[in-house]
Amino acid sequence: MSSSASSAAAGGPAVFPEHHYLNNGTTVRSWLLTLDHKRIALLYLSVVMVSFLLGGIFAMVIRLELLTPGPTIIEALTYNRMFTLHGVVMIFLFMIPAIPAVFGNFFLPIMIGAKDVAFPRWNLVSFYLYFAGAVLALWGMLNGGTDTGWTFYTPYSTTTAQGVLPVLLGVFVIGFSSILTGLNFIVTIHTLRAPGITWFKLPLFIWALYGTAIIQVLATPVIGLVAMLVAAESAFGFGFFDPARGGDPVLFQHLFWFYSHPAVYIMVLPAMGVISETISAYSRKNIFGYSMIAASSLGIAFVGFFAWGHHLFTSGQSAFDAGAFAVISMLVGVFTAIKVFNWVGTLYKGAIAFTAPYAYICGFLFFLVFGGMTGIALATVSLDIHWQDTYFVVAHFHFIMVGAVIMGFLAGLHYWFPKMFGRTYHEGWALVSAALIVLGFNATFIPQFLLGNAGMPRRYYEYPERFQALNVASTAGSSLLAIGFIIIAIYLGFALKYGPVAGPNPWGSRGYEWMTPSPPPTENFDVTPTFAHPPHDYTEDAVGDPDFAHARTT
Amino acid sequence: MNGDLLDTDWLRRLLWLPEQASTFAVSVDRLHYFVIITTMVMSGLTGALAFYFFFRYRRLSENQTTPAVHPTVGFEVAAVSVPLVVFLAWFVIGFGDYAKLANPPPDAMDVYVMGKQWMWKFAYPDGPNSVGVLHVPANRPVRLLLTSRDVIHSFYIPAFRLKQDVLPNRYTETWFQATKPGRYQVLCAEYCGTQHSKMWATVVVLAPEAFDAWLKEQQRGLVARADILADPDMVSIQGNLVEQGKRVAMEQGCLRCHSINSAVNDTERHIGPTWVDLYQRPTKLTTGDTIVADEAYLTESMMEPNNKIVAGYQPLMPSYQGKMSGPDTAAVVEYIKSLRSDSAELQPVKGPVYEQLRQ
Repeated sequence: MSSSASSAAAGGPAVFPEHHYLNNGTTVRSWLLTLDHKRIALLYLSVVMVSFLLGGIFAMVIRLELLTPGPTIIEALTYNRMFTLHGVVMIFLFMIPAIPAVFGNFFLPIMIGAKDVAFPRWNLVSFYLYFAGAVLALWGMLNGGTDTGWTFYTPYSTTTAQGVLPVLLGVFVIGFSSILTGLNFIVTIHTLRAPGITWFKLPLFIWALYGTAIIQVLATPVIGLVAMLVAAESAFGFGFFDPARGGDPVLFQHLFWFYSHPAVYIMVLPAMGVISETISAYSRKNIFGYSMIAASSLGIAFVGFFAWGHHLFTSGQSAFDAGAFAVISMLVGVFTAIKVFNWVGTLYKGAIAFTAPYAYICGFLFFLVFGGMTGIALATVSLDIHWQDTYFVVAHFHFIMVGAVIMGFLAGLHYWFPKMFGRTYHEGWALVSAALIVLGFNATFIPQFLLGNAGMPRRYYEYPERFQALNVASTAGSSLLAIGFIIIAIYLGFALKYGPVAGPNPWGSRGYEWMTPSPPPTENFDVTPTFAHPPHDYTEDAVGDPDFAHARTT
Repeated sequence: MNGDLLDTDWLRRLLWLPEQASTFAVSVDRLHYFVIITTMVMSGLTGALAFYFFFRYRRLSENQTTPAVHPTVGFEVAAVSVPLVVFLAWFVIGFGDYAKLANPPPDAMDVYVMGKQWMWKFAYPDGPNSVGVLHVPANRPVRLLLTSRDVIHSFYIPAFRLKQDVLPNRYTETWFQATKPGRYQVLCAEYCGTQHSKMWATVVVLAPEAFDAWLKEQQRGLVARADILADPDMVSIQGNLVEQGKRVAMEQGCLRCHSINSAVNDTERHIGPTWVDLYQRPTKLTTGDTIVADEAYLTESMMEPNNKIVAGYQPLMPSYQGKMSGPDTAAVVEYIKSLRSDSAELQPVKGPVYEQLRQ
């Protein structure tokens, strides 16, 4: 790592601060009952990482099973349980909380010059709700053998002999955690901005979190509702979704996607926010079209609510509905395109350094563009008839949702790692694993696009032999991915304890969060910061400029 | 394909698309190519620009400063309108094709399709029913009226680019016009349980004359069989009930999971216990208890299948409560009782089974 302007200005090699949030209390109790948003973020980080590990193991079992057309390593029922586990764990336990609950919790208050979120106790409650829901859902699936897929489509989910009740309750409880986090963020952004930080001086990560929080608060109650309806129907035989008793199985799909479509933006918007921060920092450049990127976050949050019907093109809904939902879905694509153009524009006249987070930015743009364009293609109604419920859809949502979110998460993790833990990691290994992950991800999912073209439906335990070559290619790609993640775990784990001391601002970033020591003190700032410049401003030399407080914190 | 100005078949192969065997497949693929090409051009241009910037604006010094650059209004208008115009062009073409698919031509031939775990049944208004094989004429529109007996399925013919969800207690419709005689695979595309990935059928597309001849022959066969069944002297009461049980068992899909063949079932894994020699057999349950598989147990296992699970099996079977009449249930029990390994030779069910049309 470069010893940057900051440590140089401090006059010597970077020194690890004596008092910081990590050593302010070392008992188990001081961690488990902490009200510090940074420690809560780390609690989230640990559970989220365990969830990601589990979800990844389930994914590898699925890929291994699909190596051959017939049974390979597990039985049909086990396979069905496995993709249910993979979906529920990755979506509800990993991707939804990953960026907002970890990086959002850690950096939102620091980026707006606050000491904590507006409701620190609710923040802790939210973590424990998430934890309880996660344990309940996981236990429910492992013990009850839930085999419905993460979509819980009725009437299969209400008639299957496998247990669905605990996992639905788990999702319900996790929903409350999500709502509380969202509410907390909205109130924090409205009320706790430091003097000098106006709405249009908010870092773009905050705008993205703001859009996310609105979706969390407004959409999550619907998944809670629908989980309860399915639970009541399967436990007590209510007939909400049972046509024999006057119910409607398609009603479930409308309710489910009313949440689960915007939920995609709960996952992707924060990743977009991370990309805005990192692309600015590593290009040393102001964000081209700041207000367009901020506005498009809110635009996606808004129109995302009205696009759910594109999941139902083959369900028998009317042609008029299909057309309306298709056009609305395309508006999401337009808002996303605005962001992409403005990020590319940010590079113009920048000063670009190719670092590991930069590799993830490139990966992010690639997955976002192709995941997004295939999304628009899927919304082109007649094409969806062939692709609906095939591996094309699987590949599409892994690109846009998983690819983009993981790229954003890893870019953020590498960018903010020195801030969170005060140490830097090995850049060479970071680049190797970034290359492996981007390549592995493509090698896993490009064959799946082709499988969908060829007509292989999703959730197939066995498949016709003509699909085998592409399945083998996909499994091979997924093992590259696994190796990439293992390397990250090793060098970041090593850096936690033995990495070189980072200093307050190893990247020379102008983001507000770099104004404080690394790791930050419990109160976030030793010196009350001033915010004279907009975020992402690289027009003036930092050295000797008192307005850039970055250099005077140690 | 033939007759097109441009031969696009290489593109179809490159994209791993199956052969085009319906009129809809041709128009869907044409849009698919257009979408792929515009996607690649737009992404390629954006990517090339990013690459150019990346090499042109590499970092020169650690504390380099950069000018603040902001987009012009013209840039932002273009950033919004170019993608919007392209997407709407896709939509207009795609929605046109979709609207055609949603409105079957009035002269289409009707076929009823019923999905159930885990098979497809087809019925012609003036012809036979069949399981697993759908015969249709080429070059004539065919309308499918689909419904499900249990959970949601999705009727999918990749070669026709056709898919339609199949819902319980509701009829959905779709249509196609096959263009080439041949056999095409039908898959279930909506997850429906353990055997979802094996819920396949075949569409046999016949030349129009061949189809007419086939239909006539099927109708003749039906009349002949109906005559026999109508005559009570031709079969004994006992035989009749066993026959009826066998027919019900095939119709209800029992034989997908329960084997009726004692000789070969070692090589073939089954989802449920075999029916051969099941009657009066002492059976060990998952609870550890042992019960005798008598009439009461067999009936209970159809209505409340998960109450007493045989050791070594999973609680997978759906309940047939309300789905089978009393006489049908009795007939299935009689059929199970008739399956003794020391008596009659028993054949596994193969291929399509044509049955009498219900009135």
